[in-house]
Amino acid sequence: MSDAVAPMLLLTDIDEPGLNTREVYERRGGYESMRTALKMTPEDVLAQLEASQLRGRGGAGFAMGTKISFLPKGAIDKYLVCNADESEPGTFKDRELMQKTPHTLIEGIVIASYAAGASRSFIYIRGEYVQQADALDAALAEARAAGYIGEDILGSGHSLTLVVHRGAGAYICGEETGLLDSLEGKRGNPRLKPPFPANQGLYQGPTLINNVETLSTVPTIIRIGGEEYAKIGVERSTGTKLVSVSGHVRRPGNYEIELGIPAREIIYGLAGGPAEGRSVKCWFPGGSSSPVLTADDLDINYDFDSLAKARTMLGSGAIIVVDDSTPILDVALKVAKFYRHESCGKCTPCREGTNWTVKMLERIEIGEATPMDLEIMASVQEHIMGNCLCVLGDAMAMPISSLISKFRGEFEQHIEAARERRGLAPSAVDGDGALAAQGAI
Amino acid sequence: MSVRRYAHGSRVPGWDRPADLEKDPALIPDPESTDVPPALREEIEAHMANYPDRRSAALPALEAAQRVHGWCSPEALEQVACVMRVTPAYLDSVATFYDMLENSPAGRHSVYVCTNISCSLRGADELCDEMMRAAEADPDIDVRGFECLGACDIAPMASVDGIYVGPLELSDVPTLLEDVRAERPVLPDKQLGRMLVADPHANSREYPLHAPAPAQKGRGA
Repeated sequence: MSDAVAPMLLLTDIDEPGLNTREVYERRGGYESMRTALKMTPEDVLAQLEASQLRGRGGAGFAMGTKISFLPKGAIDKYLVCNADESEPGTFKDRELMQKTPHTLIEGIVIASYAAGASRSFIYIRGEYVQQADALDAALAEARAAGYIGEDILGSGHSLTLVVHRGAGAYICGEETGLLDSLEGKRGNPRLKPPFPANQGLYQGPTLINNVETLSTVPTIIRIGGEEYAKIGVERSTGTKLVSVSGHVRRPGNYEIELGIPAREIIYGLAGGPAEGRSVKCWFPGGSSSPVLTADDLDINYDFDSLAKARTMLGSGAIIVVDDSTPILDVALKVAKFYRHESCGKCTPCREGTNWTVKMLERIEIGEATPMDLEIMASVQEHIMGNCLCVLGDAMAMPISSLISKFRGEFEQHIEAARERRGLAPSAVDGDGALAAQGAI
Repeated sequence: MSVRRYAHGSRVPGWDRPADLEKDPALIPDPESTDVPPALREEIEAHMANYPDRRSAALPALEAAQRVHGWCSPEALEQVACVMRVTPAYLDSVATFYDMLENSPAGRHSVYVCTNISCSLRGADELCDEMMRAAEADPDIDVRGFECLGACDIAPMASVDGIYVGPLELSDVPTLLEDVRAERPVLPDKQLGRMLVADPHANSREYPLHAPAPAQKGRGA
């Protein structure tokens, strides 16, 4: 770890007793940013958010200010939806924020809705987060009683309703249009885009959708100013980010980092790295949907652009570390099975592609596969990517493709070892295998 | 009991059951002849008032009905449909989509063991097997392998009626199940609500463990 301690913007004294109550939150300066913002014009608030260059923390990394500016102007019903359906495997940062400092999120929602001109807002929280939803409901009741949510907030003329909406267990509802369908009381099937939610979202109205961490950062931006915020981090990846580190590390958990520090500092410096005698085999930099990186990539800087350059992504900021004791086939199977289970079934490439990928991986496991299966599996991934309404299929295709290309040798070893266990001849003398080796298939 | 997954890869149970073509499609239930418990009706109506479109209340309403009936039974769907003025089939389509809504009779307590990647790297598969084995004979406790529950920092973990506990050892399984049966707080020392954030720079002072043991939430009326 470098000597300079990263600025703490989101996790400051987050374990202070009672921070989840309005009393303690306000004693610490809470809701001051809201008061400041409501005295500004919505355009000025938006200008601050744009100046901060804050990029969405949910996974896609889209600039928040730009997203707000896409909403049509004028006196129409607009909606703000906070995406709290944190289901990306490895991600648990929003959980910490909502449980321990729910008022930060509510304050962020009031400010963002003011900038966007939205008069109705919803927090769509995954159903499994019972305690976090209870914390939000309690905080919301306090905020309502104080007049921070309701008609004509603090005499500003801005009115806002807020409802905490609990999901019921479906990964796909974290996809923004799947979330909207679910919030409308339907099955959480994603929609065709365009139209994008900024034009036609919830109840066909213009809708701003942002992640919990993004909205929780808004009060800080108003407090210190957009330009000051943009000085933190690196160019095009401004600010601090919560990273959830899990898997084979000694100190798994949430850490707040300044964007742009080397990944090694997070995995080894903060999270303690793998156990004694173990080394990193591969790691997911942004949830299980991101293409994997290997131990050679530990010196990549952890920010949006550096990870994109390494052909992976920062995603939700969830680092999953896998050490050398784990067979790569197990990792691939876990990932593929998850996406098979969570595919909503609407688009054929995703529904069938996830299913057949699992079946091919299982063929490897039981010793029925030949190296040709790896080719077919890789081509299945190519046919999923970009061919569905949403990116759930891509979210499996990206890690699986990267696992096949980076650990091809190990997959082939698995294939041969499993064939041997089954008493089959090595794949090279097997019909299919021989044909594949000649390039005939 | 095995992990509930659908072999053909979608999340639609009963896809291979034939439709009963003799049966008339169910209409919106008649309020005159449908008996809805007053508390349930009140709760559903309160949810409906929260949204510009009443259908948005489908999930909270089904969740409320499941708390009363134990699962999304035909009777439960009929009652929700009656209050919401939608068809039971519409609600069935919703209920079958979501993992937390039960489509068959379920035990009063649900234990979700996370078996996704971060937890499985730390032994969740063995934990899930052991938990299922230990609770097999108990009709009150449903143990399921579940997808990522968002608590990889306490992996391997489980959600017991909504209360997160971890990191769990195989030896915790009997105590956990005993706590569930006795309806007392589950493994109080391992509850997530009491954990401090991992980041050493987050807290400027040492804070005492502050969160009280959360109240147990039992299923069923």
